[in-house]
Order: sequence, then C-alpha cells, then structure tokens
Amino acid sequence: MPMFPPITRRNTGWRLFLQTVIGRSYPRTIGQQREKSWIIFDVFLPLLSVASYVFVYRAIHAPEDYIGFVVIGGAMTAFWMNILWGMSSQLYWEKETGNLPLFIMAPGPLTGILLGMAVGGLVATTLRAGVIILLGSLLFQVSYVFSNLASLLAVFFLCMAALYGLGMMTSSLFLLLSREAYHLANLAQEPVYLISGFYFPIKSFPFWLAGVASVLPLTLGLDAMRQLSFSSGPSLGFLSVPLEIAILIGLTIVFLITAQWLLKYIEKKAIREGRLTESRR
Amino acid sequence: MSNNASIEIENLWRIYKIRGAKQKEPGELVALEDVSLRLCPGETFGLLGPNGAGKTTLIKILTTLLSPSRGRARVAGFDVSKEPDKVRQRINMVSGGESSGYGLLTVRENLWMFAQFYGIPSSEANQRIRRLLEIVGLADRANTKSSDLSTGLRQKMNIVRGFLTDPEVLFLDEPTLGLDVGAARDVRGLIHQWVAENPQRTLLLTTHYLVEAEELCNRVAIINKGKLLACDTPTNLKQSLVHEAVFEIQVTREQALDDGLFQGIPGMNSFHINREDGNLNLHVALAEEAALAEVIAVLTHQQARILNLQKREPTLEDVFVHLVGKRMEEVEQNADVSTDNP
Repeated sequence: MPMFPPITRRNTGWRLFLQTVIGRSYPRTIGQQREKSWIIFDVFLPLLSVASYVFVYRAIHAPEDYIGFVVIGGAMTAFWMNILWGMSSQLYWEKETGNLPLFIMAPGPLTGILLGMAVGGLVATTLRAGVIILLGSLLFQVSYVFSNLASLLAVFFLCMAALYGLGMMTSSLFLLLSREAYHLANLAQEPVYLISGFYFPIKSFPFWLAGVASVLPLTLGLDAMRQLSFSSGPSLGFLSVPLEIAILIGLTIVFLITAQWLLKYIEKKAIREGRLTESRR
Repeated sequence: MSNNASIEIENLWRIYKIRGAKQKEPGELVALEDVSLRLCPGETFGLLGPNGAGKTTLIKILTTLLSPSRGRARVAGFDVSKEPDKVRQRINMVSGGESSGYGLLTVRENLWMFAQFYGIPSSEANQRIRRLLEIVGLADRANTKSSDLSTGLRQKMNIVRGFLTDPEVLFLDEPTLGLDVGAARDVRGLIHQWVAENPQRTLLLTTHYLVEAEELCNRVAIINKGKLLACDTPTNLKQSLVHEAVFEIQVTREQALDDGLFQGIPGMNSFHINREDGNLNLHVALAEEAALAEVIAVLTHQQARILNLQKREPTLEDVFVHLVGKRMEEVEQNADVSTDNP
C-alpha cells in the first residue's frame, strides 16, 4: 500500500465553499469551548455589569421592565465583543500567526473563511448570551411577555446577519490598518455600549443621535427585541418593529456586499504589495 | 512557454516600493532580478541562498501570494497571475517555523480543517490524516492540542499538512529551520519517501543548509541578491570546481593569523578561517595543489602547529563561495549588520 495515495475526490464550487465555512467555523464552535475561562470573561463579568445597572434601576424605582432590558442588553454585549475581538481583528491576527497566507493560497474562497469565522462566532457567542439571559433572568426575576415569538426570532437572526456582515466588513478594514486594529477595537468597545443602548432604551436619546446609532445593527435589533419581549416595550421603542426590520434588512445587504467587495480589494492589495500576508515575527 | 513543465519562470522581476520615514519619494528594493527557471515533473529542486536572497519572494510569487513586477510564471501549467484559482488547486506550501492552525485544536482537527479548505471530503481526509500521522510517528499525538507540541513535532504536523492535499507541486520553504538534528533528519526522510513515491510530483525546496539540498535535490539553483547565479545538478555544479583543490587545515595557535599573508599566495582562490574549540580551521581553495607548500610555509612562519590537513572534494558550499565570493554565513552576517544600521 502506498504511503501517500492520491486523493480520489475533491469538491469544488459551492461544496468547497460550504466545506470552507464549516472548516473555519470549527475552531470556534468546538475549539473555543475548551478554554473554560469563557465562563468568567464572557458570562460572569457581563453579569456583574448587568447587576450594577439592575441595582441602580431598582434604587431609583424604574419600571420593572427596565431590568429585563438590561439583561437582554448584557447578553448582547457578548455579540459586540465577539464582533470586535473575534471578527474585526481576526484577519489581522491570522496574518500575525501565519494563517492568512495559507488561507489565501488554499482553493477555498476567502469569503468562505470569513463566513466560517462569523458562523462559528455566532454559535459560540449565542451559547454565552443564552447563559447570561438564563442566569440574569433567574437572578433578577425578569418576566417576559412575548407578543410575537416568530418576529422576535426573525429580528434576532436579522440583527445577527447584519452584525456579522459588519464584522466581516471591518475585518478587511482592520487588516488594512494593521497594528492600529487593536487600538481601534479598544476605542470602539465602550462607546458602542452607550450609543447602542445596551443598558437603557435608546428612545431616551435625541432622535438624531438614536438615528445615527441605528447604523449599528445592535441598536435597532435590541430595540425591536425589547419591544417584542416586554409589555412596556412598544411604548419605549424608538421606531416601529416593521420599520426596524426593514432597516436591518437594508443594513444586512449593504454590509455583506461591502464586505465581499472589501475582501476582494484586500486580497488584490495583499498580492500586489506582498505585505499584508507578512507577519511581524 | 511549453505545457509540460511543472514550473516555468520567465524573466521574472519583483521590485518592492519602500518609503522611509523622511522620504517623500518611495525608493525601490529589487528582490528578484530577471529570474528564469524551468522545472520538470518529478524534479526535486533546491533553491539555495542566504537570508534575503529572494528565495521566499520567488516562492510567494509561485504560490500566488505575490504578483510579479515583470515577467511570467506558470505553475502546473497555469499562469500564477491570471489563473491563481487553478494554481491553488494544485499546490501546497509548508514553511519552516510556521505556527499555522489553532493551538486549541488537536493535531487531527487542525489537519482536518485545512483539508476542508482544499475540498477533500471528511471521510477521505480523516483516512489520510490517520495514515500520514502514522508515517511521521505522530499517531499517538493525534488528539494532542497543537499548542502542546514541541517545535519538531509541530513541524512534522506542518509537513503532514503539505502532503495531506496531495499537491502536484509542493513548496517547502526552509522546512528544517530551527529543528534539532534528529527532527531535521526525520523531515528529510519523509520528503525522500514522498518524492520516491510520487514520480510525477514536483518539489521546490528552499534552504540555506547546503548539505540538505545536496542530499535531497536533483537540481539546485543558487540565488543571491535576487539574481540567479547558477542552476544545475549538484554533481555538475561541484564538477565546475574540479580545477580547484580544496583543503581543510586545522591548526593550533593562540593569536589570530594574518589573513593578508595568505591572500597574497599565488594560486589562492579563496581562504577562510573559523575558530572552533580553541583551534583554527582553515578552508583553502587553490588553483593548483602546488600552492599548498606556500600555505604551509606561511603557517610555519606564523608558528601555527598543524593538527590536521585534509584534501576534500568540492561541496555546494564551495560552489557558493566561488560564485558569491563569501561563505553563506558571511553574507548573512553582512546582511544582518546592514539591517541593523540602515
């Protein structure tokens, strides 16, 4: 029997694309769970932030639904963290570890690699967000009133599609910016907690500021999810749910198309200049 | 260009634009200068040169990671600039010291992941991974996290990644860099086996270990400062130096020898001194053997006691010295100094 037998079958086209997505999502869906520190960093620490807002709202006798707003917002911070540190900065880190040239050189498309990162990140983060919601709801006795469960699920998945589209887009941008990526991610972390209304309804903002913040999918996604999950949600909502869904669809399309265009641009630039695939060893 | 070559390179140039902190106009760095090469299927080809010679730049162009500034290159019959997708289906590359994959994944999982990017169905990929890990002696580490592997074992995993996709053309960029003697020997053994079993496959190896190239390659090219200086079989390259008589002389002496006295000897082609374990090792290449008497006379005059004197056949190292004028380590040391003091 030969030591190195030839390969009998190789997939191309959409099968290769799908394999690439599955292959690259694996380190996140399976590998990432092996680092048990996620229970501290991704669940316990966000729960502490949630707890502090809960106690503030209880101290000022805010409506009880605000507690639920905070728990959902706290869970959604996991997705924002994942976008910043697991998507936007990821191509830069792949370059530094030497994976990026191997990804470019492989027949699997780079869009498949990025989509794999997104899918893997989404699955892993949903687990974390789920734990935060479960523990937060139990600890602080949140009562939900789901007006339309199907719409709620649709909003969640749309919000995620737009959010991870944004992540795919910014990962190319961050790669272009190279070392600045780390500082940019740091810079973007806290302000987004504020302007996306993670711990309060964005209706409290002036209309123009809430409008600007709506460019970030989490802003409208959170607002719509709160409207669909709490009895006082609609009265505290920024825009109507159907309008927010329509905007989220628009954002998803824009981000995904831009991400694909940017990725092609990056690949061309990398090959032309030869620098984007070089790590700083 | 003909279609039956596995790699064809025609008048290839790569020029980098470099911009200094205070420079308004970008400068230029010529990494490859008018390189032409042709490799046939079944060849194990070595690209030799010191660090910064242009080897990695050439490999990057051939693996579609970098576009040439001028000239053309075809791999497995396809143009690397115009048909990169077709080239990518037929190649793979492994670099020395690379830390590819993810430390949280096991050896088997990392390899499976890369197999997915090449469209290999999981059942076949898993079968190949199992087989290849057995061959390289990593079967008992299949479920070890790759972050827990030693450098040598990690490089074996990388080599398996290269063979896993059954490439028509495999690029190995300094595959034994940083490995201990045993691990490097294992990697070379593996390369030998792959080549022996795949007579239609092509292997392009870059290394600055000349002995490694001599052991593995049918043909070698010597490259320095982006220029291809010679390309032939190791035997032919060494035979080009048969007019030289090469001697290794070991002497004991406290003080350094005066190089100038040796350089002036008629018939002296090249002369190098290394200090090792308190003794001096002289590498002497002479146009004719008769000049040896003069060398010995100078040594005696300088009160150096000869411990050992040996005539030896020319090596690729001698070919490199003959072509470049310096030993490879000296070229690299000079490059390091100029890098340190821009």
